[in-house]
Amino acid sequence: MAAPAATQYGGPDIDAAGQQLFDELIAEDSRIEPRDWMPEAYRKSLTRQISQHAHSEIIGMQPEANWITRAPSLKRKAILMAKVQDEAGHGLYLYSAAETLGTPRDKMTEDLIAGKARYSSIFNYPVLTWADIGAIGWLVDGAAICNQVPLCRASYGPYGRAMVRICKEESFHQRQGFEILLELANGTQAQRDMAQDAINRWYAPSLMMFGPPDDDSPNSKQSMAWNIKRFSNDELRSRFVGMIAEQVKALGLTLPDPDVRFNEDTGKWEHGPLDWEEFKEVLAGRGPCNAQRMERRREAHEDGAWVREAAAAYADKQARRAAPATEAA
Amino acid sequence: MSEANASATRITPGNALRPEDIAASHAVPSPEAAEYALWLGDDSLILAQRLGWWISRAPELEEDVALANIALDLIGHARSFLTYAGHASGRTEDDLAYFRREPEFRSAHLFEQPNGDFARTIARQFVVSHYQWELYSRLQHSTHPTLAGIAAKAVKEVDYHRDHSLQWVLRLAQGTEESRRRMTAGLKLTWPYVEELFADEPLIDALGGAAVRPSSLREPFDAAVAAVLAEADLEVPAVPGATGGGRRGVHSEHLGYILAELQVLAREHPGASW
Repeated sequence: MAAPAATQYGGPDIDAAGQQLFDELIAEDSRIEPRDWMPEAYRKSLTRQISQHAHSEIIGMQPEANWITRAPSLKRKAILMAKVQDEAGHGLYLYSAAETLGTPRDKMTEDLIAGKARYSSIFNYPVLTWADIGAIGWLVDGAAICNQVPLCRASYGPYGRAMVRICKEESFHQRQGFEILLELANGTQAQRDMAQDAINRWYAPSLMMFGPPDDDSPNSKQSMAWNIKRFSNDELRSRFVGMIAEQVKALGLTLPDPDVRFNEDTGKWEHGPLDWEEFKEVLAGRGPCNAQRMERRREAHEDGAWVREAAAAYADKQARRAAPATEAA
Repeated sequence: MSEANASATRITPGNALRPEDIAASHAVPSPEAAEYALWLGDDSLILAQRLGWWISRAPELEEDVALANIALDLIGHARSFLTYAGHASGRTEDDLAYFRREPEFRSAHLFEQPNGDFARTIARQFVVSHYQWELYSRLQHSTHPTLAGIAAKAVKEVDYHRDHSLQWVLRLAQGTEESRRRMTAGLKLTWPYVEELFADEPLIDALGGAAVRPSSLREPFDAAVAAVLAEADLEVPAVPGATGGGRRGVHSEHLGYILAELQVLAREHPGASW
């Protein structure tokens, strides 16, 4: 916890003192808390990152929810429901963390619905078969974990703490995804084919989840200077490739990339070229499911408006009933 | 463990049974007990399938979480009942869920009803959770140890479902004009299917003290439901009851579609494990 913070209410002198304390906290790798003074750019950058992360959890519920009603066994159905439920929970912690920076959840939701805010592009790919549920758990959640474990040490306290719990649940999801694929890999030929096809489709998009290559990643440098981001996109991507290159062997399946290798000289895992044009297209809204995901979120939000209004009106009436003295005053 | 500390998510104390316990035990039910387990298991399975649709579509994130929780509890109850029922014929829970045809299901029509809007879903849940609470709070004292054990776990969870749905009935009834109109409509659409829940079938006579007589639940159900509706300033809908038949395999038109979606993948790969 920081020393008593310089107040955020001051003029230029106090800002200077605030900036100094902030710089000291960052330099000693300590934590910034909601009441501490922080540079506007830090607040803005974090709000963007955390809300994008929250939106990704919420939009990310859709592709997997697509298989809840068709899950092929009751056990898998229960696991999948619990997983999608966890994602709603992650969205809730993250919106709460972002709210400590001063933006209310309603505003973030509006920005998402209005198409002003981004979410992870990976969720704009279609989830076509049951094996995709396994591949998403193994590859997409696996990539998310590589990205997110270092975020547990992010300089902003509420974000780092939310990530601790999220990472625990994500690792559980990853193992569940791997287990789905393992079961398919040991099943019938049709099941093995389904598993390989899913890995083929999800491999490259999951590698692109780490973001553009380091020489083309505009926000990374500042994020690292602020101790929000700890490792570069390419560094994390390389670690991830190494991890899945080993794990895919246990499945008896293959990665659709003949260039995956461990480079003895650099001590890093390498992979083949990725289609960054596709990445940019999906990011720009021209992916297979962008319109569908947004429409579904907007529809749920609009269909639920009368329920939220009713709950607010009821709470209001209850509060007035409980506090007649205030009303009289 | 005191009641105050008892949690629906923790492994429950006393004689409560989880699906894994049932699967591990090889207790074989009589044909009558198996049939009764299908009634209760199918009710929960079909409703969980309906509720699963809401996950990612609820009016608030908190409701995505709450409805998913209820669906998960119901899937758990279904798995216990179906696993046990399957022991009578050498079938698994999945054999029963995925490879029975429509007339072999035993769900009551209420559980098959469409989600409609949020108020209709809440109306259905309000009836179901009050019915199931009355049922399980008695079935946990059944002379039949397995049925009693499943009910002992379920009753704690259903108690939360009851609270969740009745709070929403109050909120929607007394929130805005629109929510009141929708809540009233939801109850009216739900009520024709209430009567079937309390109809006695010959099976109940055959089971004696092992089962709970449905007609014996009507009075406490009516009293509990009437109290909530009175607080919400709503009337118990005066609508004629629909002819049921679910316990004899005669279903609503909805069940075929529910099963088509539930079973499609498993049936594409008969014999596969997942």
